[in-house]
Amino acid sequence: MAAIGTAAPAGAKARWALIDILVVVYALVPVLWIVSLSFKTKETLTDGNFVPRSWTWQNYVDIFNTTEFIRALVNSIGIALIATVIAVVLGTMAAYAIARLEFPGKRALVGVSLLIAMFPQVSLVSPLFEMERGLGLFDTWPGLILPYITFALPLAIYTLSAFFREIPWELEKAAKMDGATPAQAFRRVIAPLAAPGVFTTAILVFIFCWNDFLFAISLTSTEASRTVPAALSFFTGSSQFEDPTGTVSAAAVVITVPIILFVLFFQRRIVAGLTSGAVKG
Amino acid sequence: MAEIVLDKVTKRYPDGALAVSDVDIEIADGEFLILVGPSGCGKSTTLNMIAGLEDITDGELRIDGQRVNERAPKDRDIAMVFQSYALYPHMSVRENMAFPLRLAKVDNQTVNQKVDEAARILDLTQHLDRKPANLSGGQRQRVAMGRAIVRDPKAFLMDEPLSNLDAKLRVQMRTSVSKLQKRLGTTTVYVTHDQTEAMTLGDRVVVMRGGHVQQIGSPQFLYEQPANLFVAGFIGSPSMNFLPATLENGGLSTPLGAFPLTDRIRLLVEGANAPREVIMGLRPEHFEDAALVDGQSTTFEATVDVLESMGSDKFAYFTVEGETATSAELEELAADAGSADLTDSGAQIVTRLSAASAAKQGTPLDVWFDADKVQLFDPADGRNLTYSG
Ligand SMILES: Nc1ncnc2c1ncn2[C@@H]1O[C@H](COP(=O)(O)OP(=O)(O)O)[C@@H](O)[C@H]1O
Ligand SMILES: [Mg+2]
Repeated sequence: MAAIGTAAPAGAKARWALIDILVVVYALVPVLWIVSLSFKTKETLTDGNFVPRSWTWQNYVDIFNTTEFIRALVNSIGIALIATVIAVVLGTMAAYAIARLEFPGKRALVGVSLLIAMFPQVSLVSPLFEMERGLGLFDTWPGLILPYITFALPLAIYTLSAFFREIPWELEKAAKMDGATPAQAFRRVIAPLAAPGVFTTAILVFIFCWNDFLFAISLTSTEASRTVPAALSFFTGSSQFEDPTGTVSAAAVVITVPIILFVLFFQRRIVAGLTSGAVKG
Repeated sequence: MAEIVLDKVTKRYPDGALAVSDVDIEIADGEFLILVGPSGCGKSTTLNMIAGLEDITDGELRIDGQRVNERAPKDRDIAMVFQSYALYPHMSVRENMAFPLRLAKVDNQTVNQKVDEAARILDLTQHLDRKPANLSGGQRQRVAMGRAIVRDPKAFLMDEPLSNLDAKLRVQMRTSVSKLQKRLGTTTVYVTHDQTEAMTLGDRVVVMRGGHVQQIGSPQFLYEQPANLFVAGFIGSPSMNFLPATLENGGLSTPLGAFPLTDRIRLLVEGANAPREVIMGLRPEHFEDAALVDGQSTTFEATVDVLESMGSDKFAYFTVEGETATSAELEELAADAGSADLTDSGAQIVTRLSAASAAKQGTPLDVWFDADKVQLFDPADGRNLTYSG
């Protein structure tokens, strides 16, 4: 009996471990490949080795020597951060209302935001292009921030209202009974519990804005607002006959770093199941 | 400590639902008052109005003689224990219990001293640094109690605080709650839908039904002198037996046979302007094995359906042929007990016989009942025709 009891989970464990490893390898190989390319010299670029034969920082030095890339990086960071902050603040308010309040038109609001999320973005590119040119928003930061907020909001509202629904609102009543003002109840009880949801949403929205290529390439024309994904496509070598693979790879690695930092920074706050134990037994 | 008065308090929710209607209750200083009734009868709403978590639509709530209708919960100095406990999951047990004191800007040393003392009373000392998620149901319940007692509030409000515990722990905690309240002497309003809790805990019990107070009194008084059919059926376990009966020629004809009314009951019934058709109620303990009683005037014979021997007594179940008693109150009670369509043929009767009885399952038995303990109710409005309170 005991042997069977322990053998079965051990077998299952091994199977899961194998599956996990496969998934991780599948996801990481292309990333490592890019990293590897970014460290190869021009001569060994196409040798097909996974580990570079000769290492070089040259690609990184090159991209940081062009204003093109640095401008794009600044644009990317600025635009993504501003869009994230606005979308999360608006989304928090909307999600709070959806989770907590009964108001006329609630279903319509949820339905419309779902509709926006489902709308094929590519079909909006031409009208947006025309509109932004008419309004003078073309090739400006707001010209990208606005559509990002539009498409990030449904995402934010959805994620946040799912989180908010999990907060036992009796805690707010309990805080009031314990002598808290509404502001104290929010700050000391509700906000700490809502924080993981807000941070998770912020990360998702930030990644969405950071990775966007479609709007970035269509609604910008100069370094004034071109973000990194768009700028990458304009990379050339130092002469037009030179292969830019090395520098593109280096740039790709560089723009992945902020995402990783962003996630690591907020990870500590995203403690799943933080609300467990509030109620019942 | 405080005296709480509800004066014609009414609650109508924004959607139009009348949850509590014209409730008058005076809660004395230091009293342990129970609000009991089936689910949805307005107990929580009443409690939340006392707490200040729900607005009072009409009427006045006074604490120590002062109108507090418009006061925010934090200005009423009342602590509440929720059914779900509502512990703050991001705070340790110590922080949870200290929270009301911190909000009141009590200095650190006093906070620690009070929390330690509450933890000692509630046997939580070794758990002070744990998070609620890592506690058992009973421990969480005690933390919720601790959070309420640390700041010596004027009153405690408890909304079904034990209903999430398993049966054994519930009985245990019931005793602790009662001891704690006696020890602190703080005015307490306790909501439950469990009549056993109501009977065992409170100084006085308020029975509610559909937003209306049915009767207020000590547990013993409600048991012996229920004002109406609803209270009679709700209080007591197993509950009172009800049978249809007809008043004629100074006697009562019932499915158990016809018998004369005792003088005491006849006087009460005459004074109450009783209709001809009534409902007779008899508690299980007012039956006995006829073989064990002298002077058997009122007896009937029936077959024992089920016999449960509890050691100290025997519970014998009979089916009495004929009509069953019907009234709105009884239907509501049956629905609340979840036994709405168990009545297949005839009325079920539960009797409590002494352990010496020779009753056997499946065999007929002569059963005696105490005719002076019969209670009669008006089927139309449920009022107790033999009420002498
Ligand atoms: N927020 C609310 N809005 C509308 N009706 C409510 C609300 N809360 C409770 N009710 C209604 O008020 C009545 C009493 O509810 P409640 O006080 O919670 O009952 P109990 O605690 O006795 O089970 C019920 O009929 C319930 O449906
Ligand atoms: Mg309730």
